Amino acid sequence: MRMSGAEALIEALKREKVNLIFGIPGGAILPVYDALYDNGEIRHVLARHEQGAAHMADAYARVSGRVGVCMVTSGPGATNTVTGITVAYMDSSPMVTITGQVPTSMIGSDAFQEADIVGIVTPITKETFQPRRAREIPGVVKAAFHIASTGRPGPVLIDLPKDVQTGEDDIEFPEKVKLLGYRVRAEPDPLQVKRAVEALLNAERPIIMAGGGVIIANASHELRMLAETFMIPVVTTLMGKGAMPENHPLCLGMIGMHGRYEANLAVGEADLILAVGTRFSDRSTGRFDEFAQDAKVIHVDIDPAEISKNIPAHIPVVCDAKRGLASIFEEAKRRARKRAKTLWAKRVEELKEEAKSVYDLKGDLKPGVLMRMLRKAVPEDTIVTTGVGQNQMWAALFFDVYRPRTFITSGGLGAMGFGFPAAVGAKAAAPGRLVVDVDGDGSFMMTSQELVTSMAEDLPVMAVILNNGWLGMVRQWQTLFYGKRYMATDLSGNPDLAKFAEIHGAQGFTVQSYGDFEEAVKAGVKSEVTTIIDVRISPDEKVFPFVPPGRSLREVITHE
Amino acid sequence: MSRSDGMHVIVTLVEDRPGVLFRVTSLIRRRNFNIATITVGSTEYEGISRMTFTIYGEERELSQVVYQLDKLVEVVSIVVFKPEDMIVRELALIKVSMPNNGLQSEVIEKVNRYRGHIVDMTPRTVTVELVDTPDRINKFIEEVGKINIVEIARTGITAVVRGAEPTVKGVGING
Repeated sequence: MRMSGAEALIEALKREKVNLIFGIPGGAILPVYDALYDNGEIRHVLARHEQGAAHMADAYARVSGRVGVCMVTSGPGATNTVTGITVAYMDSSPMVTITGQVPTSMIGSDAFQEADIVGIVTPITKETFQPRRAREIPGVVKAAFHIASTGRPGPVLIDLPKDVQTGEDDIEFPEKVKLLGYRVRAEPDPLQVKRAVEALLNAERPIIMAGGGVIIANASHELRMLAETFMIPVVTTLMGKGAMPENHPLCLGMIGMHGRYEANLAVGEADLILAVGTRFSDRSTGRFDEFAQDAKVIHVDIDPAEISKNIPAHIPVVCDAKRGLASIFEEAKRRARKRAKTLWAKRVEELKEEAKSVYDLKGDLKPGVLMRMLRKAVPEDTIVTTGVGQNQMWAALFFDVYRPRTFITSGGLGAMGFGFPAAVGAKAAAPGRLVVDVDGDGSFMMTSQELVTSMAEDLPVMAVILNNGWLGMVRQWQTLFYGKRYMATDLSGNPDLAKFAEIHGAQGFTVQSYGDFEEAVKAGVKSEVTTIIDVRISPDEKVFPFVPPGRSLREVITHE
Repeated sequence: MSRSDGMHVIVTLVEDRPGVLFRVTSLIRRRNFNIATITVGSTEYEGISRMTFTIYGEERELSQVVYQLDKLVEVVSIVVFKPEDMIVRELALIKVSMPNNGLQSEVIEKVNRYRGHIVDMTPRTVTVELVDTPDRINKFIEEVGKINIVEIARTGITAVVRGAEPTVKGVGING
């Protein structure tokens, strides 16, 4: 078929069933935007900053399970996506970024708006492509979507020189592309599964540590079957939040630096850890050499490079989390019967009971209480996104998640500014559901221009901003570790957020009591426009429990 | 103790696409891997290059290097060997200065003993070509004496496994 590279790109995207692109046009990507003009099938959401577009595409991918697409121009457009691409890389989110590039004849000449984006993003992408002829585009798109969405997912970048977009060529659309060096080990080694099951059934105090891989692989059902049948308690990582309903008797919630007290203690008492789809991040484990020292570790992960990278695995099982959990369950059922309540399960209940007194939930405008009120006020399938810092940890600690793909956060990179654009992207993925960004004043202001996108593109969301007028988590560290020397953390120059909402045409509420909060949330849930709820919490609110950096999970601080 | 203690040789076949060397070196830098040499050359397969790495380090770092390299889309196959299981060779061009005639015969004697070739000669220098193991090249350099050496150019090693089988199989390359 005779067509231009730009037309070939659009056609190839349609064949990948893309119906939504987040982006901002510019000189070097104009031919593609021109080809979009005549097209009725792909919606374009115009972000106000390329970082926002990238976070939107990432969150869209995490909510929908499909590849998120972000499209920008060369140079600054491309470099502005770098934070968004890194977030997607650290959290294994399938995203394809399409960047314009100066014409091939100009590459290397430091031309206007030229940036070596392929060089810049190589360490933070699963793969990059820079097709040099229009006829290469369909194969490149096919490969990019395949690589981004299979195995351990991740971001892929396609850099399109302008002359490749405009060049007319004979274009064919392959059904498949050959990638010699790309292999995905979906199925586990049966021998390792047998070893894992033997160890699991012989353990007295086994625990499952579920990571983001369980959610990515849609393996929540398999996880629950295994846990319930053999009475194995479950803890999750931050990325694994939602893999198991958090109101389930066997679920202990999140572990880690700001993990739940009962979860961290249970991991310390376990004699076997079945870790699934997790990379044992330092924020989840605390000190590597003291993490679950006495426990045997079975590590199920699709990425062999994660096995024994941080925590040595006694039994590695390299495969997709869904297949891994299903195989372990099937093998375990062959060997053992369903278990009634074990001593260990009772111990877990005890720990949960003991933990109740640990959390700071008494007093005015306590973040933990606010999160629990929010949980009660919104539907079960509500999607929560977060900023980064105290707000994120309060949401993780106190907002119980019942379903996978409903808690969207920047875990690995910890990128402030993620929450609001992520909420907009999540809304685009699930227009019929409520989306709430739990954010901080610092995080929110970093990408607040996307409030415009939310209004202009009719993607209404609710933002609950836990506003303490400070860079709260940094301030917490300054309080605890730097003698209360509050250097550069005061955000008192920020605008009134309710008024800020109103000048955008959104609804704004200022909240100074639990009663205000209840009313504002009720109005937000019903609202057809974006709602900003500015909750004026005390700057002295801290996130506890807290395992200080470089310490073991046992050395948890529960109050100041 | 010879220099090859704790050394491993990693041999990979990679797709010869633009940027593949950059991807590999970027990975090595980012992950803080301790790579001693890298060589790149063509292979018996069209569009496929061979990269040979030498690495000194513990098993754990070695397996990280192998797994991370293997994840790169362009890396088609990858194997690891101890140097003693391989024929390992490096090429060195060494320019030696000779202030007096006495030294000349001494250098020529050493070149012969090490089965090297003199590939260039001026009234003040000879240039020696050596193809040997890195250890033997080191010994030659030591014997000639640093003081007499004007320049050393070494390629880094390339290697094949001993025996009839290929070092690394190009899985699926021709199929």
